[in-house]
Amino acid sequence: MLDQLKELCAINGVSGDEDAVRAFIKEKAESYADSIRTDALGSLIVFKKGKKATGNKLMLCAHMDEVGVIVTKITDEGFLKFDFVGGVDRRVAIGKPVVLGEKQVPGIIGLKAIHLVTRDEMKKVPKTDALYIDIGAKDKEAAEALVELGAYGSFVGAPELLGNGLLKAKAIDDRVGCAVMLELLKEDLPLDVTFAFTAQEEVGTRGAFGAAFSVTPEIALVLETTTAADLPGVEDHRKVCAPGKGPVISYMDGATIYDRSLFEALRDLAEANGIPWQTKEYIAGGNDARTIQRTKAGVRVAAMSAAVRYLHAPASVGSISDFDNMLKLTRLFLAHAAQSL
Amino acid sequence: MDIFELTGRLNAAHGPSGDEAGIREVIADLARPYADEITADTMGNLIVHKKGEGPRVMFAAHMDSIGFIVTHIEKEGFLRVGRLGGIAPKEMIYTPVRFKNGARGVVVPEEKADFSKLKGDECYLDIGAKDEKEAKSMVKVGDTAVYDSPCFQNGCKVVSPYLDNRISCAVLLSALAEIRENTNDLYFVFTAQEEVGLRGARTAAWAIDPDYGVAVDVTDVDDTPGSEKYGTVQLGKGAAIKLMDSSVICHPAMVQKLDEAAKAHGIPTQKDVMRAGGTDAGAIHTTRMGVLTGGISVPCRYIHTPVEMADLNDAKACAELVAVFAQSRLEKL
Repeated sequence: MLDQLKELCAINGVSGDEDAVRAFIKEKAESYADSIRTDALGSLIVFKKGKKATGNKLMLCAHMDEVGVIVTKITDEGFLKFDFVGGVDRRVAIGKPVVLGEKQVPGIIGLKAIHLVTRDEMKKVPKTDALYIDIGAKDKEAAEALVELGAYGSFVGAPELLGNGLLKAKAIDDRVGCAVMLELLKEDLPLDVTFAFTAQEEVGTRGAFGAAFSVTPEIALVLETTTAADLPGVEDHRKVCAPGKGPVISYMDGATIYDRSLFEALRDLAEANGIPWQTKEYIAGGNDARTIQRTKAGVRVAAMSAAVRYLHAPASVGSISDFDNMLKLTRLFLAHAAQSL
Repeated sequence: MDIFELTGRLNAAHGPSGDEAGIREVIADLARPYADEITADTMGNLIVHKKGEGPRVMFAAHMDSIGFIVTHIEKEGFLRVGRLGGIAPKEMIYTPVRFKNGARGVVVPEEKADFSKLKGDECYLDIGAKDEKEAKSMVKVGDTAVYDSPCFQNGCKVVSPYLDNRISCAVLLSALAEIRENTNDLYFVFTAQEEVGLRGARTAAWAIDPDYGVAVDVTDVDDTPGSEKYGTVQLGKGAAIKLMDSSVICHPAMVQKLDEAAKAHGIPTQKDVMRAGGTDAGAIHTTRMGVLTGGISVPCRYIHTPVEMADLNDAKACAELVAVFAQSRLEKL
């Protein structure tokens, strides 16, 4: 699964521009799927029959999109003004390389050199509208020949193994969920499963809306990443969760109160099978579960996430053992669900 | 049971957002004699159905309360908590709370906290545990707690935590007992997870697909020092007919129907515009192809504090208005 995850992270797919990720997943999934379709919002819905015919009752969900930038203006000097797509802390974006548009034109989010910075400027972080992307174009015309208005840009950085069993990559959020689902698609399943690879999660869980509406499952498990804050100087009660301590099973986050019995089922399955698990010790964030839960007459939702540091930054860090344990625990969850559905 | 007794009974039950099992059971027992059918749905809403041949009318009063959820247990035995619903940190401190299992404690700020900029995560819950081990024997991460302040009556005024929205649950239960004959197909819905974003009402309304929706909730007043800007109603002046709040602009036809029903039966009313805060009406009116929606509100002071205050005569007027509207002649849409 690790190799596939690395491949997935390396693909660019900013919210609304998920085509490349979708094409990759579709190609890998095709031979295992009983049906496969792309919906109006760009989500890929893959259905695979299992031993027990349960139809649409169980849905697994992971989002394909990642945060990035979008070009909003091209200046006379040939620089690109931009805005962020999804939540990006502009402090981590400054000075970072990006690639833009279909031609994957390289650029850099520019800021003048330290030698020229005044003491007052040092104390402030420039606002997004003061930032620009430099693609080395000599003027507007030259820039327009390379990149058009509305072009998407992604962070750059090859996935790398880090220290003791950690992975550094962009877009682990949420290619790890996609990787787990692709892995399960290859297997014989205990029940029918709908795999929803959703679009536009990062801009407000938008793809999940259409996916959940058309599928109308009884139970949905969202496979995600969540904010690890086990960093120097952070007090224990603000650390949220930590890579390497097992999948994060949530009872609540900033957007959803999860189905209690599903939370307990996941927790008990982990404990009974010797899989480490943790929960989110701080209420923050949200994911596709919030939209899925409130679809039609309501859907029972659960979430399992990898604890990942530096989410929504050009390089995030997660633990490979957590990824593997997510796969194991999801597999166990499917077997458990097959008994009750 | 009168509305004060009912409110007290409901308040003794446990039911913060997402953990409504306790309150759901109490309401189900109280509603059973008057219901044709009682069900609980996926989100935890309690749906009390009184069958009729006519149009579907959905009354919604949320049964969940604001509260706290344990997120972290410290080595020294103190609990860190997340807030369930809109609680201002300055309004929650130095307040006793209780857990579902009976454990009790107090919410307090860290000594170093700046009161003018107090944040939720600068506060903690002290259950008097001597260390982490003892704390973990009393509560678990994910357990919920609610205010444990007293409920008392002063003439026709009642003071209690969770008048928002247990007093409206009492209103619906009282109205249910008053209904003699109904041609309308009536759904009294005690909704879940309103305080965290109208989550229960949305799915309940989808399932019921009502012709008419009425949210019953508390509303802000403008009769206390400095409150002119927040509400348009006063304690003791009757049932508040909702015109709008930040989640809904009520359909003029609904406002008119409620107004006429009240006038015909001599029920005192006032007009309600709540400037900050939404109600289940917000979720109901945008369900499916849209629902003709209004609201009946109980004026309430100090909403979302442990010392909310309302007037029992207003609540009685609300119950009468619910009962009258439920039995009124309505067109199927």
